[in-house]
Amino acid sequence: MMGSRNFVALRTIWIKECTRFLRIWIQTLVPPAITMSLYFVIFGSLIGERIGQMGGFTYMEFIVPGLIMMAVITNSYSNVSSSFFSAKFQRNVEELLVAPMPNWIIILGFVGGGVARALLIGIIVTFVSMFFVDVQIHNPLIIFITVLLTASLFSTAGLINAVYAKTFDDISVIPTFVLTPLTYLGGVFYSLSLLPEFWQWVSKANPIVYMVNGFRYGFLGVSDVSFSTSVIILLVFNVVLFTVAYQLINRGVGIRT
Amino acid sequence: MKALNIVGLKKTYKGGVQALKGIDLHVEEGDFFALLGPNGAGKSTTIGIVSSLVNKSEGSVEVFGHSMDTQLVDAKSSIGLVPQEFNFNQFETLMQIVVNQAGYYGVPRDVAKTRAEKYLKQLDLWEKRDARARELSGGMKRRLMIARALMHEPRMLILDEPTAGVDIEIRRSMWQFLKEINQQGITIILTTHYLEEAEMLCRNIAIIDKGRIVENTSMKALLAKLNVETFVLDLPLGTDSVSLLGFEYRMIDDHTLEVDVPKEQGLNDVFRQLTEQDVMVLSMRNKANRLEELFVRMVEQGKTTGETQS
Repeated sequence: MMGSRNFVALRTIWIKECTRFLRIWIQTLVPPAITMSLYFVIFGSLIGERIGQMGGFTYMEFIVPGLIMMAVITNSYSNVSSSFFSAKFQRNVEELLVAPMPNWIIILGFVGGGVARALLIGIIVTFVSMFFVDVQIHNPLIIFITVLLTASLFSTAGLINAVYAKTFDDISVIPTFVLTPLTYLGGVFYSLSLLPEFWQWVSKANPIVYMVNGFRYGFLGVSDVSFSTSVIILLVFNVVLFTVAYQLINRGVGIRT
Repeated sequence: MKALNIVGLKKTYKGGVQALKGIDLHVEEGDFFALLGPNGAGKSTTIGIVSSLVNKSEGSVEVFGHSMDTQLVDAKSSIGLVPQEFNFNQFETLMQIVVNQAGYYGVPRDVAKTRAEKYLKQLDLWEKRDARARELSGGMKRRLMIARALMHEPRMLILDEPTAGVDIEIRRSMWQFLKEINQQGITIILTTHYLEEAEMLCRNIAIIDKGRIVENTSMKALLAKLNVETFVLDLPLGTDSVSLLGFEYRMIDDHTLEVDVPKEQGLNDVFRQLTEQDVMVLSMRNKANRLEELFVRMVEQGKTTGETQS
């Protein structure tokens, strides 16, 4: 009885979240498609042809998995951070807080919404990339596991950001000053093997390197790091961030007085 | 059975403001209960704690015997909250808002849709079911929050200033609706600034001031305490001063007289003395609503004596 009640609550939050990003599709689904098309045209077709091969593939083939992953990361994060902060701002988060569902259901519902948007964006960007390159798929299961774990990780991170945020500016600080630099330096546009040994070592402290490379391994079968390391790091980060989010919501940080 | 049982409830906010200084409050099942107090008295904090939007500092709260510390799910399931501020997503339709709220309580979607039709119709919002919430008038938004709070069919409904900013016609239809659902067995707790509303609807009442309960009794018993009422008498223009032996009275201007009438004396003597002086009374009214008069006196008394006692 309790289980089915929680399932209904989880399903409700998830549907509400999906309805939200689908309702504003011009803001949520179209921009990544346009941005990625520009990346493909500029970095892939124009500059890429002069770069030549990377990791045994054309530059365009090499960057496609990284660009898809970049869209997944930014969209999963921004979906949950903006949705949860809006719920706080309009106070409709109170609709959830007065209801008899456990706090982990609230977190799973919002994270599920972020994952759904990220997967949809991933499919759209992959589809766009097909206009520029023959997309190879080495192992679809690896692709699915990596994208799922990455999307859930950054959705949870977006939720934590929104919990602490007091203004709309606060939810753009982390994406601008942390997420974007880490993503650009996370091996989206280059192989770590091009870097001097010291910078290769520094880069491996960047968790996004493992996500991009795990994802690239699923498409191309090549990676700068082992896939098992990528999965372990993704799992560890997911567990840590979910625990942090759960503690924050339980304590009512930013949502209860 | 007690619908709500609050014992020794205290709340100190960050920064040291003590909003509740240890209140005890009991509401019986099926009651229509008013919680009154001036702004900042602690009404919304009390409601916030009962509906788990505010963390308490000390004390215990039980809802239909379910402790909010150990049986939170059962306690929450029993409560429907109509908050003071509009707190729904302004971009969602009425149907989405009420059906989602039912979903958060575990009500399956098909059942939720049936209930949505029932409550939106009862609250005269069915025609607007596909409109976005931001398109509604203030009165419609208030009624939407009542419909939303009823979607999981709670045993107790808590309404924080439900008729604020609502015109008199809609207010009266809301009163009628609340009376009806109370008659069906739903316990209702109401805070309001319209004391006429509390007097008309509620059987029992608590007055809270400066974080303490200063009165907790039946409406009848409370109103019985009011032994002096002030009446305003409209006299012909240019009436000279009048004399009323045995009464406190004031000439406000040359055609308005205010008289404080103790219950045991009654009004007949006022009219007899005015008739003897050839003063015609054109009309007469209460200076204030009875409860309002009592409420103001109690709060004023609290101000002059400093700390009030629970």
